[in-house]
Amino acid sequence: MRPLYMDVQATTALDPRVLDSMLPYLTVCYGNPHSRTHAYGWESEAALDKARRQVADLIGADSREIIFTSGATESNNMAIKGVARFYKSRKKHIITTQTEHKCVLDSCRSLETEGFRVTYLPVKKNGLIDLKELEGAFQPDTSLVSVMTVNNEIGVKQPIHDIGEICRAHKVFFHTDAAQAIGKIPMDVNDMKIDLMSISGHKIYGPKGVGAIYVRRRPRVRLEPLQSGGGQERGLRSGTVPTPLAVGLGAACEVAQQEMEYDHKRISQLAERLVTKIMSEVPDVVMNGDREHRYPGCINLSFAYVEGESLLMALKDVALSSGSACTSASLEPSYVLRAIGTDEDLAHSSIRFGIGRFTTEEEVDYTVQKCIQHVKRLREMSPLWEMVQDGIDLKSIKWTQH
Amino acid sequence: MAASSRAQVLRLYRALLRESQRFGSYNYRTYAIRRIRDAFRENKNIKDSEKIEELVNKAKANLEVIHRQVCLFLSFYLSCTLLS
Repeated sequence: MRPLYMDVQATTALDPRVLDSMLPYLTVCYGNPHSRTHAYGWESEAALDKARRQVADLIGADSREIIFTSGATESNNMAIKGVARFYKSRKKHIITTQTEHKCVLDSCRSLETEGFRVTYLPVKKNGLIDLKELEGAFQPDTSLVSVMTVNNEIGVKQPIHDIGEICRAHKVFFHTDAAQAIGKIPMDVNDMKIDLMSISGHKIYGPKGVGAIYVRRRPRVRLEPLQSGGGQERGLRSGTVPTPLAVGLGAACEVAQQEMEYDHKRISQLAERLVTKIMSEVPDVVMNGDREHRYPGCINLSFAYVEGESLLMALKDVALSSGSACTSASLEPSYVLRAIGTDEDLAHSSIRFGIGRFTTEEEVDYTVQKCIQHVKRLREMSPLWEMVQDGIDLKSIKWTQH
Repeated sequence: MAASSRAQVLRLYRALLRESQRFGSYNYRTYAIRRIRDAFRENKNIKDSEKIEELVNKAKANLEVIHRQVCLFLSFYLSCTLLS
């Protein structure tokens, strides 16, 4: 018996339509898309062109602005290190936020060792950045602002449109990690004045190991490539493009575009069902992140007086996580929750529920029922919960170490 | 080309549902059935014969995809989830 899957922010199941489009390129059409001298190469190249167009269409870009990569981590690395290094002679400052994905924060850290300065903008209690603080963070030599569209842990949606305007006004490039956003909410690079965008395949029912980066052509964004080699992908990303994976990414984008409205409506309904049911049955549940500006399919709840890890263990027949998969091995509370000012104990009691295209009502109901049952059970065993019931304010207690 | 008749569309609808029932995976099966029902319901009042033809062709292509994927999954699908 496998558990129910409620962790779609970690990865999604491959859509059968996507797999169907990939199969020919995993079997008969095995040509190298960069081979110019024979039909094997041409058919693979044609497939890549189509996939590039499908990705571009989803975000309102030109297909020449799409570079295939191995995933959003590589795209984020390319955007941040690539832009910073290219303009390093004149510009040495970067702005990002404290709630970015690990790969963005780590790329920035590594740039700091190269002599760049980085501003890590704090976020408000609701997880959104303060646009005034962003305005104030610009320096004469700022080259790049990187703010993710939808947060992978708490699902909040940053005001990308406004950030794009501000960056354009300051003539600073704007990069957004849209791995959790594209195909789920409408994104348009021209409308939102985005200069670079990271895209992932496996977050949108596509294959793992493939992603893309959008790099604006007008006004042109230049970046130093990370990889040296055959000069594929306009010299920005050397290495043979994996045709089946790129075709899968393209198909996933096309399906996502067609299904966006349908999926969004349904996911919103299921999310509403989950939140209302849990909140009406269990007291002291906090929803992390802004209630309005969010992608509904990512719900992060803190169950006060319950240890998140114990709850996850109790809910072993539902695949859930307490936050990002990258940090789920450690018992440290999530840095995203700490950044939004969640108390240490609440940060330890959080669980992320992910609802996606293939989630059913039945699965939501089962998860809710099990969740309620185990939260109640764990609280009954908890001395803290008992003290709260007796009217003791836990914050007033001076805990002494023995 | 003449528009597909009501009977033809209904036949296609039933074939799609029948094929989707064969998905070994609970999530794919329920999704396919739900999506097909919703799509046919959504488009049931369309009168424009060209548009009908386009939708019918799309449905035929999807039927092929479902058929291929069902066969593929039958050979791979090993264990079921809780709600299957």
